[in-house]
Amino acid sequence: MWKFIHQLASPPHFYRIAQILIPWLAVPGLLLIGYGTYAGLFLAPMDYQQGDAFRIIYVHVPSAYLSMLAYMTMAVSAGIGLIWRIKLSHAVAAAAAPLGAWFTFLALATGSIWGKPMWGTWWEWGDPRLTSELIMLFLYFGYMALRGAIDDTSKADRASAVLALVGAVNVPIIHFSVEWWSSLHQGPTLIKEGGPAMDPGMLYPLLAMILGFTLVFGALLLRRVRAEVLFRERRTRWVKDLVLSGGN
Amino acid sequence: MKPRQQRMLAVGLVVVGVAIATGLTLQAMKDSMMFFVSVTEVAEGKYPDNRNFRVGGLVKDGSVTREEGSLEMNFLVTDLRCDLAVSYSGVLPDLFREGQGVVAHGRLREDGVFAADEILAKHDENYMAPEVADSLAEAEADAAAAKADHVREKTAGLQEGPTGCPSNDS
Repeated sequence: MWKFIHQLASPPHFYRIAQILIPWLAVPGLLLIGYGTYAGLFLAPMDYQQGDAFRIIYVHVPSAYLSMLAYMTMAVSAGIGLIWRIKLSHAVAAAAAPLGAWFTFLALATGSIWGKPMWGTWWEWGDPRLTSELIMLFLYFGYMALRGAIDDTSKADRASAVLALVGAVNVPIIHFSVEWWSSLHQGPTLIKEGGPAMDPGMLYPLLAMILGFTLVFGALLLRRVRAEVLFRERRTRWVKDLVLSGGN
Repeated sequence: MKPRQQRMLAVGLVVVGVAIATGLTLQAMKDSMMFFVSVTEVAEGKYPDNRNFRVGGLVKDGSVTREEGSLEMNFLVTDLRCDLAVSYSGVLPDLFREGQGVVAHGRLREDGVFAADEILAKHDENYMAPEVADSLAEAEADAAAAKADHVREKTAGLQEGPTGCPSNDS
């Protein structure tokens, strides 16, 4: 077990294993998203209050969930990189940030589009759920900007890792914001006492979308980490051999 | 202590320290972190003076009245303990209806009526198909004591007069 993990942390090994893993994540992920999109738009019943407008949930909830999962991936990898000095771990953190920022943006944008007809407003300053999610977008931006501002890769790794760890406190705040304070945003539908408060016909496409988004995120992350590893190791022997042999 | 253990300790202390600091800050700002106050808090006088604030609650069943030929309207917002009269003129969000949650932004007039300049609808966490909602409503009509629609039930009880609502002496 430990031997396997140590081997995985070695860049050439990771580079090869990731290549094998990517299609195994991407193909089921895309199939699930395909099913979820079709079932969510055409098979799921209308909501008794919101009509068809509720269907934006099939993009909004997976995006919001992944914006937090990507942040935890980034913070945990950054922490492992700091403690055990594993370069690959820092590469994972660096690769996760732009993906997480996009999911955060998607969650904010879809929420805003839904909020206008349903709540009656695009955006409400001072709402704890909305504000904490926006802060996460700025944390991602700050993380990426900090990396970009430091030329030395290992210095950039360590400085940005601290920022990622400090910002991790925001993730539970986002999740519990609707329970700790009064908010315009509704409470959790899926994770609540007594099970999900949702019609099964609506629920299964949503679960498929969440799983599909997660798998595709995994595939995209591995792809980005491969590129990151290749760049960081550009002066090493194995990358030279790889390029000369014309392989991928 | 090995360098790796030192780093582990440092990372742990940073994470725990930040969590405690944030927790204390949020605890101190608890009141201002609230997006809206409840109707009972308004009745107790716990609302910001001299500035606009938000009050949240349910639109009481049967309380919505409109003036002929204008957007002027009045209704009661309730938190099942206290009621608050709200007057508003303007466009309402799609989800606004009796028995639904709303958040009103505005100020409390001298006469105790809340003059709203913005009404937002608050959705709950329940998603249902229309047929399911209909059959649920039918089942409730059959069994008046059914607890499923807690909102309707509790507001109906209030029409006999709110109990335990503190009076605002200030």
